[in-house]
Amino acid sequence: MTPAATTFHTPHRVGHRRSTSEPPAVRRLLIGIALAFMALFLVLPLVCVFSQAFAKGIGFYFKTLNDPLAWSAIKLTLTAAAIAVPLNCVFGVAAAWAIAKFDFRGKNILLTLIDLPFSISPVISGFIYVLVFGAQGWLGLWLNADNPSFPALANWLNDHNFKIIFAVPGIVLATIFVTFPFVARELIPLMQAQGRTEEEAARVLGASGWQTFWRVTLPNIKWGLIYGVILCNARAMGEFGAVSVVSGKIRGQTNTIPLHIEALYDDYNFTGAFAVASLLAFLALITLGLKTWVEYKNARLNETEISQ
Amino acid sequence: MASQLFRSKKNSVLPGFRLTLGFTLFYLGLIVLIPLAAVFWKTSTLTWSEFWHTVTMPTAMASYRLTFGASFCAALVNAVFGLIVAWVLVRYEFFGKKIVDSLVDLPFALPTAVAGITLAALYSDHGWIGQLLTPLGIKVANTQIGIFIALTFIGLPFIVRTVQPILEDLDPELEEAAASLGANRWQVFWRVILPMLTPALLTGFALAFARALGEYGSVIFIAGNKPMLTQITPLIIMQELDMFDYPKATAIAVVMLVVSFVLLLTINVLQWWTNRYNTTNLA
Repeated sequence: MTPAATTFHTPHRVGHRRSTSEPPAVRRLLIGIALAFMALFLVLPLVCVFSQAFAKGIGFYFKTLNDPLAWSAIKLTLTAAAIAVPLNCVFGVAAAWAIAKFDFRGKNILLTLIDLPFSISPVISGFIYVLVFGAQGWLGLWLNADNPSFPALANWLNDHNFKIIFAVPGIVLATIFVTFPFVARELIPLMQAQGRTEEEAARVLGASGWQTFWRVTLPNIKWGLIYGVILCNARAMGEFGAVSVVSGKIRGQTNTIPLHIEALYDDYNFTGAFAVASLLAFLALITLGLKTWVEYKNARLNETEISQ
Repeated sequence: MASQLFRSKKNSVLPGFRLTLGFTLFYLGLIVLIPLAAVFWKTSTLTWSEFWHTVTMPTAMASYRLTFGASFCAALVNAVFGLIVAWVLVRYEFFGKKIVDSLVDLPFALPTAVAGITLAALYSDHGWIGQLLTPLGIKVANTQIGIFIALTFIGLPFIVRTVQPILEDLDPELEEAAASLGANRWQVFWRVILPMLTPALLTGFALAFARALGEYGSVIFIAGNKPMLTQITPLIIMQELDMFDYPKATAIAVVMLVVSFVLLLTINVLQWWTNRYNTTNLA
């Protein structure tokens, strides 16, 4: 029987096996290669984190996490994420609204610029803030103690001992920078695909701009927004390179969780480093779980829309 | 003219254009563009010969070769295995497929510092994998192989996630047509499927390569810190910063930024190509 005849008689599954799918041995081989690669590169490291974290027992694990230095790192990481994620969320919604609902020139350039932070090395991401706010940077030049351009501001900042670089504000800024595109990247294609007819209908029926956004747009982009926030938060809490440039790494003051891990590791306290790392690995697993759940919800939403 | 008038009229039904675009540009300028401009401003304080001397110093040159070489090899390995993973996830059914699919994103979700110390522990002489490789005379930790391993880890999702949707959307009729014309399975893959996946594969490759070039956290722990041997370019910048030698750090940062911009441009062109391929298929 020719393959064409097979296709004719049985449009699905059975008859295809010879012509448009692989022999069972090849299938098994490919699945085997894929699973082996994933096990070696993804599963093994994940197992390793947790097994190393508990290498000295549960007591040592909780002792490491109960350390005041660990607590201050956790607090700082939560603070940075609590500032960076909402700000980038507002930006993401605003950018997606402007880009998806309106036509204007230079849209593609704007899209590329929004993506920029993704393509820049984390080390450089932190460094640019050192150049703006550091002692050798722009702000340092303006506020130079001997000859300040803005004496009043310089005095005020000196009096209050306000620092940006090697202090918390720098860490927050670097975190905002590296997580800048996440929400916008999720929402722009989603809102572009949804078009503007629903919002236009709402407006024609008399809804105000805010009502249109809250009652029509937001329910439509809900899952995309949650998805973007999850990814944004994971990166905000885990950022290492950018934050390590601006932090100054003062233990108990400007160390975030990833920097605290590095400090413990450099002290040859490997089990301690892995104990703290297990917190972030756990966060990564939650992130993956939530991400899968959101994708599932989204797929179901689309299915019901199609069947309606 | 008429169509433009119509368009602006249609736009005016929805409010908030000025507010949202204004805020977008303001925030973009404040957070991204002005700080980035600072790098180029700082470079201008260097003379051309100072700049050239810094970016071509031997440690920097060695770091470029290493960073580019290791990133390229890692992206290449990921292109092969990423394609297999994507293929298996789209075409086959097997136990635990959903979990495997979610796990692909682990390198995105796992903080780089955690990945860094974990890989360093796995591949150290006494680590789970390291102790198997040591008798064979293969050293991974504190060598260039270690850097390659770390970059392979972080690059995998880029390939899988760019190839997967294209593979899902492939029209089965094309494969059926090729098969009915007498092509065997390998010919169908090589002559029909692979050419249609090429733009997506190249995009994924470029994304993984670009990410690997700038990667810091997952590399430095396994790389050790041997001058001329295992120092990646971001680490060179970091060292200059630690010595407060900002002009030198800036010069090397500018080289990396220019490379990143060129890659970003390439990726945009590739993505446009991928999408065009897709829409022609649909049409």
